[in-house]
Amino acid sequence: MLDTAVTTILDVDKVSQVFSTGSGELRAPVLSDVSMRMKTGEIVALLGRSGSGKSTLLRIIAGLTRPTEGTVKIGGEPVDGPAKEVAMVFQSFALFPWLDVLDNVEIGPRSNGVSHDETRKRALKAIDTIGLDGFESAYPKELSGGMRQRVGFARALVMQPKILLMDEPFSALDVLTAETLRTDLLDLWQEGRMPIKAILMVTHNIEEAVLMADRILVLSSNPGRIASDIPVTLPHPRDRLDNDFRALVDKIYALMTQRPDTTKPAAREAATAIGLGLALPRVSTNSLAGMLEEIAAPPYNGKADLPHLADSIQLEIDDLFPLGETLQLLRLAEFEEGDIKLTPLGLRFVDMDVDQRKKVFGDQVLAHIPLASHIKRVLDERPTHRAPATRFREELEDYMSEDYAERTLRAIINLGRYGELFAYDENSQTFSYENPQ
Amino acid sequence: MLNSLASAGRRALPNQWDLIAFAAILAVLTAIARSYHGISAPLPVPNESTVSLDYWQLPYYALRTTLRMFAALAASLVFTFTYATLAAKSRRAEMVLIPVLDILQSVPVLGFLSFTVTFFLGLFPGNTMGAELAAVFAIFTSQAWNMAFSFYQSLRTVPEDLNEVARGFRLTGWQKFWQLEAPFAMPGLIWNTMMSMSGGWFFVVASEAITVGDTTITLPGVGSFIAKANDAGDWSAIGAAVLTMGIVILLYDQLLFRPIVAWAAKFRVELSVSQDVESSWVLNLVKRTHWLRLGVSPVFAALRSVSLWPVRFPTITPPQKTSGERSWVLDAIWILIIIAVAAWAAWLTISYIATELNWGEVAHVFVLTFYTLIRVLLLMLLATIVWVPISVWIGLRPRWAEAIQPIAQFLAAFPVNLLFGAAVSLVLVFNLNPNIWLSFLIVFGTQWYIVFNTIGGAAAFPNDLREAAANFGIRGWRWWTQVIIPAIAPYYLTGAITASGGSWNASIVAEYVKWKDHTVVAQGVGSYIAQATDKGDFPRIVLGVAMMSLFVTLFNRLFWRRLYAYAERRLRL
Repeated sequence: MLDTAVTTILDVDKVSQVFSTGSGELRAPVLSDVSMRMKTGEIVALLGRSGSGKSTLLRIIAGLTRPTEGTVKIGGEPVDGPAKEVAMVFQSFALFPWLDVLDNVEIGPRSNGVSHDETRKRALKAIDTIGLDGFESAYPKELSGGMRQRVGFARALVMQPKILLMDEPFSALDVLTAETLRTDLLDLWQEGRMPIKAILMVTHNIEEAVLMADRILVLSSNPGRIASDIPVTLPHPRDRLDNDFRALVDKIYALMTQRPDTTKPAAREAATAIGLGLALPRVSTNSLAGMLEEIAAPPYNGKADLPHLADSIQLEIDDLFPLGETLQLLRLAEFEEGDIKLTPLGLRFVDMDVDQRKKVFGDQVLAHIPLASHIKRVLDERPTHRAPATRFREELEDYMSEDYAERTLRAIINLGRYGELFAYDENSQTFSYENPQ
Repeated sequence: MLNSLASAGRRALPNQWDLIAFAAILAVLTAIARSYHGISAPLPVPNESTVSLDYWQLPYYALRTTLRMFAALAASLVFTFTYATLAAKSRRAEMVLIPVLDILQSVPVLGFLSFTVTFFLGLFPGNTMGAELAAVFAIFTSQAWNMAFSFYQSLRTVPEDLNEVARGFRLTGWQKFWQLEAPFAMPGLIWNTMMSMSGGWFFVVASEAITVGDTTITLPGVGSFIAKANDAGDWSAIGAAVLTMGIVILLYDQLLFRPIVAWAAKFRVELSVSQDVESSWVLNLVKRTHWLRLGVSPVFAALRSVSLWPVRFPTITPPQKTSGERSWVLDAIWILIIIAVAAWAAWLTISYIATELNWGEVAHVFVLTFYTLIRVLLLMLLATIVWVPISVWIGLRPRWAEAIQPIAQFLAAFPVNLLFGAAVSLVLVFNLNPNIWLSFLIVFGTQWYIVFNTIGGAAAFPNDLREAAANFGIRGWRWWTQVIIPAIAPYYLTGAITASGGSWNASIVAEYVKWKDHTVVAQGVGSYIAQATDKGDFPRIVLGVAMMSLFVTLFNRLFWRRLYAYAERRLRL
């Protein structure tokens, strides 16, 4: 692999993506002005949280989605429609359940006019390479997750793509299986046994990115931008316990939890001005309390290193960060250089009983989440003290996509219910103060 | 699943598209009826020999009937593959096609029989071909809609990741259709095909022997055999017909549908091997034989090659990047055209009815339809009260459920005409009020939908919830209202919506009953349509069908759909 001439194989130039709603209005952008390049022989990881547009970017590169602005070139050729030079591996495996393993692997070449004999030859070779011998006539539903994803790899390899695109390929697998598959894939890559020139993978798993990639592109959320470009120079095979490895993981955690207002005053103003436009993640109030208790208890005693915490409470960043951010928003904890630290209020919260906790929680939600105080104000103003959810949903949609608006509304209902700020009736979809007496 | 409610989730209230679809459908019928009037000479009676009550003829009749049903099934499949695909692929086509389909599947198709019969007879004057086609078409109208709807729904819900695989591998439209979309739609389509086949019997019986004005059609078949037996008042002939039907249904079920269902199990998109694996002795036999397989496998290989032909469909959908404005203007023009056509169609219908009928008649039909509505409602209620407890009892006992559910499905195929003798005799002997007692015929064929769906629901009731209910001592009334009824509601409603639609259809037959030389009539729009059909009085048929369609559509939208949407949202486990 390494002796191939080093050339730019992928060139993404100023790509932006804005999805329009059904009525044709343009909404907040998913990707904004993203540029990146990949060289032959490189494994690049796109690291970001859910909603950062990393999967969208991958689909734009694959030619499955057309960007609103910007261009993508693979090997110098602009991408216009599904690209021949790439093949994708999916998080959900995306195998055709009615085809057996061999047919699943063969479907790509056969649909593209490759002769029957040639297809069979290539398919058997790919199946052999990826370690699926003996499973040719099995149907996907007979296979374990790991074997299914191997089919996904074989199906991509048989297309002989220049770039292998992977969309969180290991995140639907259990820890052990995922690790085996990662190692196998890296071995095949190191030995040059796969007919591909570069790998681009999307992931939300920081350790996975550090383990596999030569370069990590961290995407920020809402809108998606490339926030940093981190080369990984650790030699293969990489050791998760190695100090340099840990340091890099820590560094990325710190990068991804950086508060915008600590670096740029302009961003703080923007954040305050957003008010209602603050998108809330859906988190469970039990998990919030659980996380506070975990951080308060030994060995952390009020301040936890994020990678350690993630490891000890078995949470991936897609779950961990929303929890941490919600705590930060409620001033119960704050991020600090890859750590999370409880505030004095957070520490007191841990020792309270249920009713006190609910009171504090409600007060904090009301004080620090503009949407909550807005809903309460509307309820106070109305003589009936009732307000339909659609009203707030539409207001939110002025700031964010429909999905985000729905999620934010769900989140505030959940927080409001726990903090006993207001009641919500699912059947009539209205907010009120009425709880069953 | 049953797709009279396939679109339930989408919207519950009728909208402008429904009105347009409604007008268009009625206008087509009116146009057909008008053209019939244009033919001055009465249509010649088809010269097929009349049906005899000779039992030895029954196998032959059964064969003819079955062939008709399969011809209709083939037509329904062709219709499904084209109509539903077009609707799923083109946004503008969808705007028109789906409301039309929606109305078509909720209107009483049986009322249209007279129109279609005259139309096909007119196409082939003096030839039985016309009558055959009319019968096939009648069966087609009972089979096609739910199949098309199921297919359309499936095409719209193809998992996005599989779609991306197909696109990423640059499958052409043709390849994608056969490799992804058709297989994905297969389980739903097969289930609906089986339901359609059951429902078709009702129409076979109605369409093989039909009188429209001066024209009487008798095609050799089980349906006309039953009609003849009813005319002659021959009980044992009715028995023989029931037996024949039973055998035919068993045969095609075992020889055709079971193997297909067992084979199609692989098309189900699910993560694990399901617990209950369908099996078919026929399929196992075929799989085990050597020669048969040798014969079959090249056929499959050839089909596979065909499915992989790189045929490109002309792109109906514009590429993503069309400018929004141009598309908006085109939409507006398109909608204007549709509205214009619909308005013209509505005017055509109204002016046709107005030539011979006045407002008094409309009011009269309105009242009659109201009677039928009450009849359908009460009988559905009665069937529910009787069958839901029994079905729940059965459903909670897996061994019973396994045995009884297929029987209920089997019973749903038997048309109400088989009971005419019993009904008329009872009414005459005990001097009963037909307005009340004929009503029971309405749910004769349709109650089974409630039964087997409810059994299915109760059988799917999670065991841990059962145990929880028992553990907390939830019993009696509370157990019914808070535990089991919410749990079976989505299933029950699926059955009830089908049963309700079927009951409206059945009213056309069941409110106007003949046995030997006795005729018993119940007041209602069903008997109004049936009598008008006998007389060949087209304006009255149009009026009756239109009124009934209006009631059924509104009833579905305002009542069933809302209920179903609620159950889907809140009660689906």
